[in-house]
Amino acid sequence: MDQKNLGTYALNTWCPGCGNFAILNAVKTVIAELTQEGLPLEKAVLVSGIGCHGKIVDYINTNSFYSIHGRDIPPAEAIKISSPDVKVIVFAGDGDAYGEGIEHLIFAAKRNIDITMIIHNNRVYGLTTGQYTPTSPFGFKGRSTPRGTKEAPINPLELMLASGATYLARGTSHGIELLKRIFREAIAHKGFSLVDVLQVCVTYYNMYDYYDKRVYELKDHNPADINQALAKIREWDYNKDAPICLGELFKKENVAGQEDSAQGPVDRENKIKEFLSSSI
Amino acid sequence: MVDFSIIIGGKAGFGIDRASVIIGRLFNQLGYRIYIYRDYPSLIRGGHTFSVIRVSSDRIAAHRSKIDFLLALNQDTLDLHRDKLKDGCFFLYDPELVKVPGQACGVGVAIGKILKEENAPEIMRNTCIIGALCKAVGIDAKTMEDVLRKEIPRELELNLKVASRGFGESRELTRVEPLVRERLPVVSGNEAIGLGLVKGGLNFYVAYPMTPSSPILHFLAEKATEFGIKVIHPESEIAVILMALGFAYMGKKTAVGTSGGGFCLMTEGLSFAGMAELPVVIVMGQRPGPSTGLPTYSSQTELHFVLNAGQGEFPRFVAAPGDAEEAYYWSAAAMNIAWKYQIPSFILSDKNLAEGIFNFDINSVEPIKEENPLLWDKTSPYKRYLNTESGVSPLAFPPEQGAPIKVNSYEHDESGITTEEPATAKTMTEKRLRKEKYLSGELEGYKTINVYGNKDSSTAILCWGSNKGVCVEAAKNTDLKVIQPVVLWPFPADRFRDELKGVKTLISVEDNATGQLARLVKAFGFDVDEQILKYDGRPFSVDGLEEELKKWTRKT
Repeated sequence: MDQKNLGTYALNTWCPGCGNFAILNAVKTVIAELTQEGLPLEKAVLVSGIGCHGKIVDYINTNSFYSIHGRDIPPAEAIKISSPDVKVIVFAGDGDAYGEGIEHLIFAAKRNIDITMIIHNNRVYGLTTGQYTPTSPFGFKGRSTPRGTKEAPINPLELMLASGATYLARGTSHGIELLKRIFREAIAHKGFSLVDVLQVCVTYYNMYDYYDKRVYELKDHNPADINQALAKIREWDYNKDAPICLGELFKKENVAGQEDSAQGPVDRENKIKEFLSSSI
Repeated sequence: MVDFSIIIGGKAGFGIDRASVIIGRLFNQLGYRIYIYRDYPSLIRGGHTFSVIRVSSDRIAAHRSKIDFLLALNQDTLDLHRDKLKDGCFFLYDPELVKVPGQACGVGVAIGKILKEENAPEIMRNTCIIGALCKAVGIDAKTMEDVLRKEIPRELELNLKVASRGFGESRELTRVEPLVRERLPVVSGNEAIGLGLVKGGLNFYVAYPMTPSSPILHFLAEKATEFGIKVIHPESEIAVILMALGFAYMGKKTAVGTSGGGFCLMTEGLSFAGMAELPVVIVMGQRPGPSTGLPTYSSQTELHFVLNAGQGEFPRFVAAPGDAEEAYYWSAAAMNIAWKYQIPSFILSDKNLAEGIFNFDINSVEPIKEENPLLWDKTSPYKRYLNTESGVSPLAFPPEQGAPIKVNSYEHDESGITTEEPATAKTMTEKRLRKEKYLSGELEGYKTINVYGNKDSSTAILCWGSNKGVCVEAAKNTDLKVIQPVVLWPFPADRFRDELKGVKTLISVEDNATGQLARLVKAFGFDVDEQILKYDGRPFSVDGLEEELKKWTRKT
């Protein structure tokens, strides 16, 4: 499968310059590569929530479950449990995964279920035209907080580390090569993986310059070392100025997750009768 | 006709529930039919818990307010229930714990002393009093032992010993003669629902605990391997319904169970099911609200909630079974209908049905349709939302080679791609709603409305759900007709009109304060003349309802 054949007839309605294009192109490339390497395309299932990010599933011609806001994770888990050999890739916004649906995110990490979360973290609500999100910095002036927020953002990677996620990485929408690399790694990882993409919303929160000046790629970092991972995750708290590391932050392998124990067919009729006769 | 009732009561934690089922099974072994009403507060230890075990030679599904025997495991039980005794002295108690006011009376059994002597734990008070009851009603020691052997999972020998000591220290008050006839299984309404779902092809049951539906979760989790299903308890009801939709997308038949509060959280997922045409069965066990309300009691307050829940307009199926057989039948049917029409399908239960204990005669259940859902024939490119005459699009499930399967919560075209185009929006809305028309047609072949009692009576009782049992029995005694719609949506208005022929006075009986079924039938042009409403969380008793009915029938 060629990257070009992965498109659909849906008209792309993202703003010119939107960071989502980088995610779309990186994901399409990775899916195309995986299919060339032998993954049947039908074994990829994409799930998305609601927000600008969600449109991505309309633009990729494979199985997709376009869910509702904040509720992309529970169906993704069900899809994986139903068919453990399917690759489940979940696209979620920061409002989606870190706000409305945060309980599902924490529980999915806790279960270490083998799905890949790609977070389009633009730190603003785009589709609802510019309100603060859980990762907007302190003092963010959005349309619901015209005098600035009075609360600090959450550090989603730190939260995920504490919740039991076994693969964590960060990229930006100005770094498509890195995105391809970490998407591949995240999809290949057995267990719960999350890539936080600092995806820029050009219309409501244009952070291209800000990120370009601060991001750097991790070198000599051992993602298997949870202390190193935590230190790097805490280097930038999504609030105060600091260098912003990109790449694979944490990786813990061979952790038991929710495995599917396939069951053979049973004679239900008989089992019902057995239960009833034991209830006399 | 033999007909008597027993109350066993004590504090929560005394094992009253278990004991009441054992007592029910004892009489069941003697060939009687039984019904158990369980009354317990929302706490783990303390409070007052009791069960009414009614025993009859006829099928029953309701309790009477007067009782024949009282098993008082504590003082409260005697004080709260003694006035219900027909013979004020037919009670069993431990004189150490329970003081009997006035003249010496009842059957005292030194339960505490027996436990001490046998070195048995406090929880075995219930076994001891069951032993004493057996003697009091003339059940022989052998029958008692047979039932206990089957019912007691732990420390059987000690329990048997304690029961036989209770038996030995009691005395015979009466003799209940065994009946020679077929014994029927004894199940809870929730178990019947669970069995029906399994019969209907259940693959996954997903639920977050909530009274009165948690026992379905427990029952199916316990029996998962046996029935070849999987049971999942996720983080919230929101996750429950969304997971169910994920399973449906993968072709797995899924049911969820909850009560009003949990269902509130499910409504966004319900609406999604309507838009994305993902089948799911929702067991909605009603209890009194608003909000936390009376968590362990019963109500029929969610009819309009279930009929209207979820934003937007989409078809749904709602059935409210009235006893164990109907619970079994309609749970299986609801699954079949959900998949045939790709819609959400409801079993609207209530605590009295869910946690009531009934006889269950599987042989009296109508044959259950088992149809395959409409599947993609692989001859033309796959479109998840192909616009067909019936509105039902052929299904395919991932992974399916050459067929991208796209479901969508947005309005979408036939391929499942988002659209805001007005003509498509109109077409797709009509496609979804058309399914209900076909479902209504199919339901004409189902027993959507049951009628009982004197079919020529010009006065009829209108009831639904667990009130079936009490209404049928009260109607028999008052010579009235009973009309019980089981399918509440799509409402079988034509059949309802037929059943109303010759009825001059229609009296509705409901467990709510506003007459929800009366309001529903009104929307179809049918007037209810009188309403008998109960909204204290407790079920109608047969005699209580008869009194109410007499008030109205005397008036006409």
